[in-house]
Amino acid sequence: MGNCNSCSTGCSDTAPNRTALVQIGGVYDYVVALAGNPNTGKSTVFNYLTGLHQHTGNWPGKTVARAEGFFTQADTRYKLIDLPGTYSLMTRSVDEEIARDFILFGRPDCTVVVCDATVLERSLHLVLQIMEITNRVVVCANLIDEANRKMIALEARALEAELGVPVVPTSARRGHGMDHLLQHIHEVATGAALPQPRRARLDDEIESAIGLLVPQLLQMIPNLPCPRWVAMRLLAGDERMEQALRSGELAEFSKDPAQELVLV
Amino acid sequence: MNESSNVADKLLNDVRLLRQKLGSDLHDRLAGALYHRAAQVSAVGVHVTGRPAVDWDLGADKILTSRWLGFPIMIFALMAILWLTIQGANVPSGLLADFFFWLEGHLETGMKAIGSPWWLTGFLVNGVYRGLAWVISVMLPPMAIFFPIFTFLEDIGYLPRVSFNLDRLFRWCGANGKQSLTMGMGFGCNAAGVTSCRIIDSPRERLIAILTNNFMLCNGRWPTIILLATVFVAASFNPAWSGIVATATVVAVTLIGVAVTFAMSKFLSSTVLKGEPSHFFLELPPYRKPNLLRIFHRSLIDRTIYVLGRACVTAAPAGAVIWLLGNINAGDQSLMAYAISWLNPIGQFLGMDGVILLAYIVAIPANEIIVPTMIMAYMAGTRMTELDDMGELATLFHNNGWTFTTAICMMLFSLLHYPCATTTWTIYRETGSVKWTIWSNLMPLILAVVVCASVAQLSRWLN
Repeated sequence: MGNCNSCSTGCSDTAPNRTALVQIGGVYDYVVALAGNPNTGKSTVFNYLTGLHQHTGNWPGKTVARAEGFFTQADTRYKLIDLPGTYSLMTRSVDEEIARDFILFGRPDCTVVVCDATVLERSLHLVLQIMEITNRVVVCANLIDEANRKMIALEARALEAELGVPVVPTSARRGHGMDHLLQHIHEVATGAALPQPRRARLDDEIESAIGLLVPQLLQMIPNLPCPRWVAMRLLAGDERMEQALRSGELAEFSKDPAQELVLV
Repeated sequence: MNESSNVADKLLNDVRLLRQKLGSDLHDRLAGALYHRAAQVSAVGVHVTGRPAVDWDLGADKILTSRWLGFPIMIFALMAILWLTIQGANVPSGLLADFFFWLEGHLETGMKAIGSPWWLTGFLVNGVYRGLAWVISVMLPPMAIFFPIFTFLEDIGYLPRVSFNLDRLFRWCGANGKQSLTMGMGFGCNAAGVTSCRIIDSPRERLIAILTNNFMLCNGRWPTIILLATVFVAASFNPAWSGIVATATVVAVTLIGVAVTFAMSKFLSSTVLKGEPSHFFLELPPYRKPNLLRIFHRSLIDRTIYVLGRACVTAAPAGAVIWLLGNINAGDQSLMAYAISWLNPIGQFLGMDGVILLAYIVAIPANEIIVPTMIMAYMAGTRMTELDDMGELATLFHNNGWTFTTAICMMLFSLLHYPCATTTWTIYRETGSVKWTIWSNLMPLILAVVVCASVAQLSRWLN
């Protein structure tokens, strides 16, 4: 789906909201979102990847700073969007609202979640939530040098098997592991690799409520990529989601055949 | 279309029923499930292979955020930063001033040589250029020292500990602990401080932080306070101690500002901005080795150059206005002399004089030109003047009837008065409200008038 972004006018069948969120400008093939907790070196990763090719502004309609930049990997041009640093995507705070709306409605081709390797468990909380919204996740376990200094060892393979998405230990400050990260972003964004996230099992009562809603949602919007997450947000009383359902904004997903179906 | 909206309505109706059935603790249950899963994953893939011999982070946290040592360390750090800034900025400030005034002589000669009339030369060189020269030589060196030190503390991870220490106090005031970070930014520049209030999520607490940021001395006001502290307070001590005494005076003024911030936050949160403090994660990130390149980039390019650029934009026209006031005559007096005699009674009432008040009015766009405006008016000269020798300056002030009280009142007025034009504009942009913008100016002004008038009255009684 990314290839239609290179035209500057935008196509008639792209959701208007996505255009506003991604702010088409510059030439690129794929959009990558950068999420993560505060103080995990997210900005360092951002700066490492984009170098001087970045500019800042505000999120549309919000007084929250937004940085975006460009980089090239394997002759493919990427636009990287720095999301606000958050611990979760479930509260009403403006930062979390911006991050979750972008990952859902902005439909990035890949979402990199920057984690603090010294306290990985805490960061996984956010990873698990993002995995509910999109399959196209790459986990960047940053500050691995500090983790090693504190005698904490990560088994990337075991974590990958457990989560179902790529896990790359990095030290963005030293540039360690960054080539590996770029390679994984490239594979996930181009569709060469399709991560299959293993999601958290919720308690039976919530699972059965979600189980009732998901078929209805899929009937309404056949290609909806993350019916589980939409159901969870509706149950949580997210007004933005209700509005998106009523206005047909969510239905835009079904017009986009390239967006793969997330298997529940 | 109608059919699909019916489907949506039915779905949302189902959602409502399910939500009622699930109860109100859905969020906690979801979070619980995610925590559980995160622990599972981490148990498989994360292994602690041993303990480092000494856990420096924990040790440092115990000291820096300790109940007893936390505050003294913070005050000591503040003193150290101010001392380094004051002492370090002296020499480069003098060198810059020498250079600019040397250049001014040449500019004047040059203008004359190309046949420019006296009023054009005066307006451009003695007005606009001098305004700029003053601002740059007074502001650039302290900022180039202060901002890197501040950014350094931010980078190694000390500032979050300051936040942690102050959190209890802010909670008591009904405000947000993150306000301490916005206050820190305010030390550099109030406009930057107001912008940084965006990190506070709750609109009520953000407004409190915005309205009280003015009480943090900004770069435009440091030089005024430092000058008065050096000339009037430290001068009466042994020269060997004057640096320390001046620093202590500046720290005292700063701490008054902090105290006023707490008092006004408490006042606002218990009157017009009532509400419970919100909860937020206050994470103590690990201490990091500072990245010098990043510190220099962020402090010099993003902060110093940005603030200086804005100061220059406002100082140039202000310099021009000062020159015009001093050179346009109505009858037998300049406009400036009229304004001063008219303002004098109000100034006296506040423990100051008409010249000082005029300086504050002219300096609404930029606080940093207050001292030059004052000196120029006292010298009845026709332009802003640089006096190199602090002793000369003290004599000039004494000859114009200054006392210890004048200096104290002026320092307090400088600390409290109202935000500069740039900050006011920023407040309007951030709050989007004319009412709060007016309030942000009126509240400090009332406070400044009350405090200065009381100090002046008190000193009259004592004498």
